[in-house]
Amino acid sequence: MKAKYILGIVIIAAAIVIIMTMTGDASSYVSFTEAKDLSDKGFKRSIHVVGELPKTAGGKIIGIEESPDKLSFKFQMVDEDGFKQQVLHANPIPADFDKSEQVVIIGTYKGEIFIAEKILLKCPSKYQEDPEFTS
Amino acid sequence: MIHIFEGLLGHIFVIVAFVSSLLAAYAYFKGKSRDEGWISFGNKLFYLHLIAILGVIGILFYLIFNHYFEYHYVFSHSSKLLPSYYQISCLWEGQEGSFLLWMFWNAILGIILINTNKFWKAPVMFIMSLTQVFLASMILGVVIFDVKIGSSPFILLRDVIDAPIFKTNPRFIPEDGNGLNPLLQSYWMVIHPPTLFLGFATTVVPFAYCIGGLLIGKSKEWIHPALPWTQFSAMILGVGILMGAYWAYETLNFGGYWNWDPVENAIYVPWLVLVAAIHVMIAYKKSGSSLKLSLILVVATFILVLYATFLTRSGILGNSSVHSFTDLGLSGQLLLCLLFFLALSIILIVKRWRQIPLTEREIAAYSREFWIFIGTAVLGLMAFQVLAYTSMPVYNAIAENLGFSLNMAPPVDIFDAYSFPQLLLAIVLAILSGTGQFLWWRKMDKNKLLDELKIPLILALVVSVFVIVIGKVSEWYYILLLITSLYSVFANLKIFISLAKSNISLSGGSIAHIGVALMLIGILFSSGYSSIMSKNYTGLVWSSEFPDDVNNNNLLLFINELRPMGDYSVIYKGIRRWTREQGYVNEDDLYYTNDPLKVVLNKDTLTLINPENSYFEVAYETKSGDSFTLYPRVQINEAMGGPVYAPAIRRSLTSDIYTHVRTFPEPEQEVEWSDPEETKVTIGDKFFINDYIATLEKLTPVDEINGTKLSKNDVAVKAVINVRGEYKDYKAEPVFLIRNKELVGRIDDEVNDLAFRISIQNIIPQENAVILAYQTTQKDWIIIEAVRKPWINLLWIGTLLLVVGFLIAMRKRYVEFMEMQQI
Repeated sequence: MKAKYILGIVIIAAAIVIIMTMTGDASSYVSFTEAKDLSDKGFKRSIHVVGELPKTAGGKIIGIEESPDKLSFKFQMVDEDGFKQQVLHANPIPADFDKSEQVVIIGTYKGEIFIAEKILLKCPSKYQEDPEFTS
Repeated sequence: MIHIFEGLLGHIFVIVAFVSSLLAAYAYFKGKSRDEGWISFGNKLFYLHLIAILGVIGILFYLIFNHYFEYHYVFSHSSKLLPSYYQISCLWEGQEGSFLLWMFWNAILGIILINTNKFWKAPVMFIMSLTQVFLASMILGVVIFDVKIGSSPFILLRDVIDAPIFKTNPRFIPEDGNGLNPLLQSYWMVIHPPTLFLGFATTVVPFAYCIGGLLIGKSKEWIHPALPWTQFSAMILGVGILMGAYWAYETLNFGGYWNWDPVENAIYVPWLVLVAAIHVMIAYKKSGSSLKLSLILVVATFILVLYATFLTRSGILGNSSVHSFTDLGLSGQLLLCLLFFLALSIILIVKRWRQIPLTEREIAAYSREFWIFIGTAVLGLMAFQVLAYTSMPVYNAIAENLGFSLNMAPPVDIFDAYSFPQLLLAIVLAILSGTGQFLWWRKMDKNKLLDELKIPLILALVVSVFVIVIGKVSEWYYILLLITSLYSVFANLKIFISLAKSNISLSGGSIAHIGVALMLIGILFSSGYSSIMSKNYTGLVWSSEFPDDVNNNNLLLFINELRPMGDYSVIYKGIRRWTREQGYVNEDDLYYTNDPLKVVLNKDTLTLINPENSYFEVAYETKSGDSFTLYPRVQINEAMGGPVYAPAIRRSLTSDIYTHVRTFPEPEQEVEWSDPEETKVTIGDKFFINDYIATLEKLTPVDEINGTKLSKNDVAVKAVINVRGEYKDYKAEPVFLIRNKELVGRIDDEVNDLAFRISIQNIIPQENAVILAYQTTQKDWIIIEAVRKPWINLLWIGTLLLVVGFLIAMRKRYVEFMEMQQI
């Protein structure tokens, strides 16, 4: 039975290594203020910020600036603490950006601007939003 | 008119499906000790259940096909313009439909089980029916004591959407539906979901044999009938997963086939466990060992499939997945389903644990059981690793329920988080799959084994050296993966050759292992060594704020301007539409009709295959003169909010060239024209417009403009100007019109490809000359990214071999089982 036990120990050890690396690899959800703090302290790994896009009463998003070549855009985002921050995303505007209710951005600060490498949009129902019926 | 009756009938079918499965489960449970009366009653109920499901599917499809947009499901997932083969995919685009698809396969499998296996019928069908009870409850759409159970696909739009129009006019029906997500408009989306859900459904069969076996006290015999089903399930699920990967590769813009998205992970994990289960089950058949492990793995596979369903459909992934899932409020129900089957399994396993024989034999290092066991452990660790990472949102949710905040976000670098650890374990797996095969077929000691392994090992090293030098493989982990995968290929090839001589029906395992090893090599090269062809060699950056990869990897192409790109020259030739009759045609030459599907080109009426799609014609040419054309597409879809791009791929044996458009000037955007420049020309004169040579060929009187006859008092003259473009000549025909002898009209003509428009300012009859005015604008352009993916075909070839291997193995196990039954 010896070989079996050694093998068992190796497997458990491997599983523990996986769990330890996981806690290390996991990013975290922070506010803009915390993100800025981390960045100032020299922490350059990407973090997640959850927030919303400021909208007019009519539901139009304000503060989007598209670059002339449309390869990138800047936008305003308000985090869960209510802090507003300008964000740059170096990709064309995602198709359903203007319909998103909640946005998760993943990236880091570069000076005063937040560079989002990835944007996750949460449209509570991508295809089932109330349509504007006109008839 | 609102079609109430059809939906009502559909809903009745849903309720019948639910009730019949519940009653069938009860009947089979009663009949579990081979009570024929109960069993045949159960069979009748299960047939009724199948009919009800077919009824639900039939009616839902009828609603979609007839565009009954008063129904929420139809409105949300289809539209009038959708080609009919995509209307089939509308059926399963929504959550309700995909549950329906799963139930459909389960019911078909149930009918097959009823008709093929007498002894196991009652306990197995009991579990099958129980699964159907839970699945049917997801689409039940019934409210009991203020608790909503399931979400029916037959809800009317007005009952879901709180739009003011329904208050003033309850009979309102929208003109058109929201349509199918453009990303899902791919033929892969017609066949991928049915395959994947057949895979989902088949995992329940081994589970049903296992739990059914425990239920009736047959805690080891279940393996024999379950094994071919387990192999079938692994094959179908594997093919389903890879179809999804292929769809992502062809349709999505992230440039690959696998992104470690939670949705992909959630189904990859059970597949690994399923494959591990097959190995220990075969080991059990050979030597009677690892029965308990087989049992645990078969149960774990099904529980993990339910867990995957819970993860992807409960909305818990919300902040961590790019896929957005409609939360139908089913999370409680899904959790209940998961916990029910988990509890049922645990109770039965604990109850029968002592009856399950345990092998007390020492496991020798050169026995096949030992190697199978290590292999299972590695597969298990691979599954555990991905599962642990993907479950982060679940940890957060659990922590929140316990009253503290964990705040774990998914890892940002997916290579470090997933690819690298999986790759390391895959190296071990490749070594095991090569070596294990030799131990499998013969009794071995150390020396004999080394003797057998010599040739494959030497071959693998020699070929690796060549590949490493030619393919410039530099990272140590890729080098290791290459050597071990090649070793696995050669070792299994050796086994295959010796089996082919003796008994080919046993060769399934070696073929499947060669397939897996080839897949690993394909993944290694296509992912690890894909290279950007569209390097921005201009030295100009798009924006100093952009990360370097965006600045460096995209290429701007102006229309009809040749650009060198790697070994190729590329030309962007303009926007095309795809017609049934003539293939890709130039958008500028088309006239649109009132029917959005019909266009006119040179008096021929053509049919657009997909009116929402536009294609960019990008021609590639090599220095040796070979050429090909790619048509990456864009779909401007109102419901999606903006342009949705899809790549085009040039396939060749050794590599794929993957091209997609990142951005282009939007058609609705206002064009900015330069100040007009005037020039006086006589007939036959050559002059320049926007640096192109133009010739005024003639001036001719015209008597109709755009099909309208001119009146007697009107005079109109058309100038025919030939402009020599880079690749062809263009005709510009501006018109000068004098109405009622005094009012002057100037109708300009625009040549889109050359970015100018021209008009006749005045006519000087005595000199036979005209004064022309032209304005220029920016030329049409696109920004593309092109990537070369070497040896991606090995991945697909490997997949095919894996399937062939599974088929051979499955046939063998099925024949074995049938022979056993006859004894």
